[in-house]
Amino acid sequence: MSKELIRLSDCFMKFDDDVILDHINLYINDKEFLTLLGPSGCGKTTTLRIIGGFQKPTSGDVFFDGVRINDVPPHKRKVNTVFQKYALFSHMNIFENVAFGLRINKVPVPDPSDPKRTRYVKVPEEEIKRRVDEALALVNLSGYGRRSVNSLSGGQQQRVAIARAIVNRPQVLLLDEPLGALDLKLRKDMQIELKRIQQQVGITFIYVTHDQEEALTMSDTVVVMNEGKIQQIGTPEDIYNEPKNAFVADFIGESNIIDGVMHEDRVVGMYGKKFPCLDGGFAPNEPVDVVIRPEDIDIVPEEQGQLTGTVTEVTFKGMHYDIIVDFRGFKWLIQTTDFSPVGARIGVKIDPDGFHIMKKSAYSGMFGDYSSYSSEYDELNEDRLEAEDGDEE
Amino acid sequence: MKRNGIFSKLFLVLVFAFLYAPILVLIAFSFNASQSSSVWGGFSLQWYVELFQDSYVLEALQTTLLVSLLSAAIATAAGTAAAIGFANMKRRARTVCMTVNNIPLTNADIITGVSMMLLFVLALGALNGLFGGLGLRLRLGFGTLLIAHITFNIPYVILSVMPKLRQLDPNIFEAAQDLGATGWYAFRKVILPEILPGVLNGALIAFTMSIDDFVISYFTAGSGANTLSMVVYSMVRRRISPEINALSTLMFVVVIALMVVINVRQSRQDRRIQAAIRAERRADPRP
Repeated sequence: MSKELIRLSDCFMKFDDDVILDHINLYINDKEFLTLLGPSGCGKTTTLRIIGGFQKPTSGDVFFDGVRINDVPPHKRKVNTVFQKYALFSHMNIFENVAFGLRINKVPVPDPSDPKRTRYVKVPEEEIKRRVDEALALVNLSGYGRRSVNSLSGGQQQRVAIARAIVNRPQVLLLDEPLGALDLKLRKDMQIELKRIQQQVGITFIYVTHDQEEALTMSDTVVVMNEGKIQQIGTPEDIYNEPKNAFVADFIGESNIIDGVMHEDRVVGMYGKKFPCLDGGFAPNEPVDVVIRPEDIDIVPEEQGQLTGTVTEVTFKGMHYDIIVDFRGFKWLIQTTDFSPVGARIGVKIDPDGFHIMKKSAYSGMFGDYSSYSSEYDELNEDRLEAEDGDEE
Repeated sequence: MKRNGIFSKLFLVLVFAFLYAPILVLIAFSFNASQSSSVWGGFSLQWYVELFQDSYVLEALQTTLLVSLLSAAIATAAGTAAAIGFANMKRRARTVCMTVNNIPLTNADIITGVSMMLLFVLALGALNGLFGGLGLRLRLGFGTLLIAHITFNIPYVILSVMPKLRQLDPNIFEAAQDLGATGWYAFRKVILPEILPGVLNGALIAFTMSIDDFVISYFTAGSGANTLSMVVYSMVRRRISPEINALSTLMFVVVIALMVVINVRQSRQDRRIQAAIRAERRADPRP
């Protein structure tokens, strides 16, 4: 099944003097759901646009099915794209939008006068109708063909964009933050929907997003990018459980990242104490970053704790409490269903599988401290995001 | 706040009276049976009849229509192409280009006219000097008039097409290419239909501006061509004839009609966009 379909080989991209892609190497398998994940400006959209043919890398090669396609224009590539703001043609109805690609493409048929030669003819009207209806049914929009683009909601327009791309039976579908403009509830529904569509049509999806939850939910493979570099490639479980560096650990989910020392295999030291863990393969006494996920920490009475600290903040989150605990100046985030009041002295216990040890990297010391954590800050952020969404309408 | 109902209404009436009284007088006198421009001699269409028998006027009408149609068509094509170029520039370059585009609009017609005349005389002189041996004698005339009209029409077209281009989805051209369209096909089947309302409005404005123009035409047509507005002007200088009233009335009606068409189109488009937005708001956000 996992035949290699697309390969980016040493792709470097410069725009003016900014390095957008810093020597990317990536291969994408056939029928895979691959997500390019990263903050804005990390190069994920540029990578997608290089595959779509809308941008050329400054240096490096792009291969499709083993053939170099650097100079193949977008209209000759066997990929179709779903754009961020859908880019529907508002002067056409839904049917014509979906039929657009079919009306252009010519299909080879054997020449009746000379069977050795093939002629290229337009797709017959009845086949166009059948395939458009099929595509609309796939995205649950049967019967919408005669509607105008502007009469549809954002979610429906999104589905039309997917139908319009898929009707051409591309080998690869590129999706550029397709759910970015939708509200949260609709976004969750569409995530499941997209995964279903991908499995139903059985083609490769390359999906760009900055939403880590979206990436973990849908992908077979996640490619985490930052500053034009690939930080980590792996399955969602790999990325979450075995982040390669502090950036990945912080970007995917919440992480406490603490300076530590690997005394020997399966023994990590921090705060001057030794803790049993499951990692190994480091040099004796090598300095490392220790990742502890907030949900892997148990709160116990002070005297039973491996470490003791003071609760400085408690926020009710519905399913759990976010508790900020001060351990000698370094603040941890703990997610727990047990309430502890602010000011309480508590102990914590971490099982050996709760530790994840990473080699030191350029990102060490930049993430994983919750000193600046504030629930107010979160709310401010959300307000700002909503205001931005509002502007776009 | 206290409202002075009667005074504010009176003021409004006065404003409109000042604006439209001269035109109403002109229209009234175009139907005057008397030769005088101060005495009402009864209703008559004789000046209109005379107007359409005046070969001088008919020739000017032909020139005006030809110049207006040709210059509107060429300016629409050139202006649309320019607007597309501008729209694809980076923000900084685009701002510069739009400013350069807007300057001629605010420039006094007389300056545009005189400067174009100077340029044409210079260019024609140079051409005649170069090819004089071949018997070439170029003078100001229909050709220069047409070039001048195209030139002052282009900024209006750009101004009218630009907003439509800015409303386009930034990826719409790429979307068409992505679905297999060549650049030209994508332009014809997607971009042009999407911006067509702006293009047509630009053409209408250009046509109106062309019919309307006197100053620039006066300087750039030389003695070789006469437009209607130039005929009106020369009539005033030669003899005071009520024919002028009839001709002016007709020109006024045509320009007003075009302006109404442009405005109705514009407001209908705005309403359509508003309706679409309302429909989207009303629609259930969930599929």
